[in-house]
Amino acid sequence: MDETPKDTESQVDETPAAAASTPSSESGGTSGEAAAEAVVEVRGLQKHYGPIRAVDGISFTVRRGDILGFLGPNGAGKTTAMRLITGFLEPDAGSISVAGFDMATDSLLARQKVGYLPENAPAYGEMTAVGFLEFIAEARGVEDIPRAIARVVSMTGLEKVMHQTIETLSKGFKRRVGLAQALIHDPEVLILDEPTDGLDPNQKAMVQQLISNLSQDKCIILSTHILDEVERICNRAVIISQGKILVDSTPHDLVAQAPNHNVVRLTLDAPTDGLAKRLGTLDWCERIDVASDTVIDIYPKNGENHLAELLDEVKDVPLQGVHLQEGRLDELFRQVTEGVSR
Amino acid sequence: MSRFTGLRAVFKREFKGYFSSPLGYIFIVIFLVASGWLTLSRDFGRFLELRQASLDPFFTYIPWLFVVLVPAVAMRLWAEERKTGTVELLFTLPVTLEASYLGKFLAGWCFLGFSLLLSTPLVLQVERLGDPDWGVLFTGYLGCLLLAAAYLAIGMLFSAITKNQVVAFILGTAATVVFLIIGLPETLEAIGKYLGGYAEQVLWSLSLADHFATMTRGLLELGSLFFFIAFTAGWLYCGMAALDRTKAS
Repeated sequence: MDETPKDTESQVDETPAAAASTPSSESGGTSGEAAAEAVVEVRGLQKHYGPIRAVDGISFTVRRGDILGFLGPNGAGKTTAMRLITGFLEPDAGSISVAGFDMATDSLLARQKVGYLPENAPAYGEMTAVGFLEFIAEARGVEDIPRAIARVVSMTGLEKVMHQTIETLSKGFKRRVGLAQALIHDPEVLILDEPTDGLDPNQKAMVQQLISNLSQDKCIILSTHILDEVERICNRAVIISQGKILVDSTPHDLVAQAPNHNVVRLTLDAPTDGLAKRLGTLDWCERIDVASDTVIDIYPKNGENHLAELLDEVKDVPLQGVHLQEGRLDELFRQVTEGVSR
Repeated sequence: MSRFTGLRAVFKREFKGYFSSPLGYIFIVIFLVASGWLTLSRDFGRFLELRQASLDPFFTYIPWLFVVLVPAVAMRLWAEERKTGTVELLFTLPVTLEASYLGKFLAGWCFLGFSLLLSTPLVLQVERLGDPDWGVLFTGYLGCLLLAAAYLAIGMLFSAITKNQVVAFILGTAATVVFLIIGLPETLEAIGKYLGGYAEQVLWSLSLADHFATMTRGLLELGSLFFFIAFTAGWLYCGMAALDRTKAS
């Protein structure tokens, strides 16, 4: 790879929700890895289905070591974007570069660099797991097929079902077979469309752990509806709706932008006259909600943490409790995506 | 990487696939029983009654037997891939559309060839009856192979444009019937009567039955060979173009 990483660029949409976006050049990518090489570069990607704009001019860059989570409501354009990046669909406009190869002009070479798990992990049901992996390995031109199979079987824990036909496997094992085929050629880029959808909690944890382990030398793009998953394993998150990127940031920054981040709930021993009014005049306070005579919610400006200052301010007031709320990704997700669909 | 990268892998997977499910075996049994019965039956081929060292009765019914059986082989080739979503997996591998299409075609064709091979005990029977014309037998079997290729190419196109295997089968069968019956004397006479002699000539030249009959008579005409190759290639090309448009729908 001789490619020089270019500046990352996020699509900042002109919607109210876009106010929450952060340019990925600042926050995207692994912190401290600004010089990591760009492996996937998407520029101005567009795809229409008749009058419907499934993907509407999205641009982003993903670097080695990144795990980029694609979030969005159903029909937002996540799967279409992934199908474009993997070369299954051709864009109406825009460009995609994978490991230095242009998907339009060097499609086969670009596809060789990608491992893809499509939605629902489709596979040839009549084949055995090992037969299926042999086929994928041969189609991908893997040289030492038995060794490659042994490696991915061990990674995904398929030892016990290797010789079983895929149609007889449980959903969890089918998903693991799908992951194994995506990893068989040790790709630089891994694209996973809802990799944990429908799995039980143990299987989810196993797949998430596997993805985390893989991220060290790969660039991973995954789509999911599970927001916790993004917080747990992704170092970057993109919220997409109606084919546009609304937010491109780190999960940590997204949580900080959530509506109730760093809101403090004070529970007083007894009603205290004038306290709410006094707190409302503080510089950093955006607004006050008086839930009852003894419960006050203090909303800081820009979601900043002013707990210490607040405690100093109320040091003479008898308190039953102080609760600092952390922002929730689902609240931000709802705020951002509902803003667009309205 | 060439235009045919991945063809071998697709071919191997598909060909093995015929023998990894009951479908392939059922096909072979039906083909052998039906062709044997049509050849030997007193009501149809009358092979034993004729007592001739010839496989004419067998070759006479093959085009009609293939009308049902070959679209049955072709119907699943793309419709199933599209229905189960494996088409997405296939076309994100470093495999070209041409390679995957031809890989499937060749696998289906080899399977049909293998089924034909299993009918060779009839040839041994002919050899026992007398002194057969081996040239006629050879061109007859070659004609069967070329006819199977043409039918398969037709069936694949319809499999590429629908996710429903039954629809693919019906459309494939209907199309092959059309290309078969346009060469029948009754059809040609009717066409000549309404559309004139030129149309009659054109349709006659497109008739699969006529070119096949030429080969079963022991004639290896360049025109017939070229016709089968061009006809099959044309349908394959149209099938690839159709699949390119429908694969993601």
